[in-house]
Amino acid sequence: MALQTPRTDTALHDETQVTPDRLAELRAQFPILQRRVHGRSLVYLDNAATTQKPRAVIQTLDRYYREYNANVHRGVHTLSEEATAAYEEARQRVARFIHAPSPRQVIFTRNATEAINLVAYSWGAAHLGPEDEVLITEMEHHSNIVPWQILQERLGFTLRYVPMTDQGTLDLERLDELLTERTRLFAFVHVSNVVGTVNPVERLIAAARQVGARVLVDASQSVPHMPVDVQALDPDFLVFSGHKMCGPTGIGVLYGRRELLEAMDPFLGGGDMIREVTLQGSRWNELPYKFEAGTPAIAQAIGLGAAVDFLAQVGMDWIWQHEHTLTRYAYERLAEIEGLRILGPGPEQRGGLVAFTLEGIHPHDVAAILDREGIAVRAGHHCAQPIHDRYGIAASARASFYLYNTLEEVDRLVEGLEKVIQTFAL
Amino acid sequence: MDDLYREAILDHYRYPRRKGHLPEPDIHYHDTNPFCGDEITIELKIQDGVVVDAAFDGRGCAISQASASMMMEEIVGKSVEELKHWGKEEILEMLGIEVGPVRIKCALLPLKVLKAGLYGLTDWPE
Repeated sequence: MALQTPRTDTALHDETQVTPDRLAELRAQFPILQRRVHGRSLVYLDNAATTQKPRAVIQTLDRYYREYNANVHRGVHTLSEEATAAYEEARQRVARFIHAPSPRQVIFTRNATEAINLVAYSWGAAHLGPEDEVLITEMEHHSNIVPWQILQERLGFTLRYVPMTDQGTLDLERLDELLTERTRLFAFVHVSNVVGTVNPVERLIAAARQVGARVLVDASQSVPHMPVDVQALDPDFLVFSGHKMCGPTGIGVLYGRRELLEAMDPFLGGGDMIREVTLQGSRWNELPYKFEAGTPAIAQAIGLGAAVDFLAQVGMDWIWQHEHTLTRYAYERLAEIEGLRILGPGPEQRGGLVAFTLEGIHPHDVAAILDREGIAVRAGHHCAQPIHDRYGIAASARASFYLYNTLEEVDRLVEGLEKVIQTFAL
Repeated sequence: MDDLYREAILDHYRYPRRKGHLPEPDIHYHDTNPFCGDEITIELKIQDGVVVDAAFDGRGCAISQASASMMMEEIVGKSVEELKHWGKEEILEMLGIEVGPVRIKCALLPLKVLKAGLYGLTDWPE
């Protein structure tokens, strides 16, 4: 199939159209896409797990280590001043990217998981007791389930779940009954990493506000793929991981409402997060440093700064449209395969991923045979066991897209799946 | 096609041998691979320290299920003491394929269940 400008439902400006030249130009910026796997050109469709890195990010990391590697916020020497400036500039870039009112509200963490744990231990431990409820959903990644379960053991609050419908959307009819005046926090995923559903985040936040509950949005699968404006959405907390958006591993972000962050106790204690330490006690540093104990992931933060600049240059609207085109095409082609079942809603309600099962063939076998064709997909429960339990399956295979994927790669996936079916020919 | 899915593996996956349950097993053990959700149950009948009957049940990928099916055929007639000394090598030889670091867990799950049962364990020691 030729790469054609797709027909889209909304009129788009020229620069948002998926032209072959534009894609080829973008792909050329990702060195790894030149790789061959088992003799075939790599088709990387595991972007919900982690994305590949453009040259701009790789070179930024390289330059930091070659030219100005030093600790931040400490030395008065030139290298340390340069490293500190670059680290703080990266924070500003990230703040701009998500439209945060101030870079002080951008806390660097290891990843989204650590950001959620930070909120659980710093905010949760101070605000949750036996009379209280925390509401999450059946659609969450383990990272937004397990921290609350651990904390629940300790604090004795009630953990409740918004159920998922058979279509893979949140059962919003249950929301009024589940959100009560006892709900202290509503923590939910923006875009599911398994069913792909884009949740109605404005509506969910508005519902939480009505009962006075705080809101945490897991934006791990949305910030990398669509424009997200934290001032427009106005959640109390929002988290995401750098490595899922062209950045390095080991760097993530907690965005928080300023007065909440100011009032919270530190998560980890150590250097850099204090104003004054005496043997009698310590006073905390100001935001964001209060939450960044110890030497941070300096290179990774600077790398994330380069990544968000890269993404902004490509254009988040363009990325969202492009992935939507790929997803709709993949959905249609996969749906034609006999015995293939797609988990979750139709393409109009989902982000850039499709998880599926093939009748009689375990997802690991699917992924192993696709790998021999040079196609990388994820197989397993994708750290979201409750969703799979909901569908009565142990695992699924998942193809997830990013800005550099092409319609031809979807065709390669479909050919690969035909090979899987032939191999097993049950 | 690839070696990993050589015909013998697929044959055991499609037509598993000794799949089911024994009426009164002397040993019954069940375990899962939390990574992929593979499940294996093994039941054995033992007489004078020798496996005289064996059955397995389970669900999962072709590698784990074929490994269980092949192992069932191998172990009947062997002594408990001998089987206690079985390791990775015996299983890989039986499967006749190269297994990478991730899928090795699938290949070895049936052995893990077998040995836990033979040693009379209730939980696999970490």
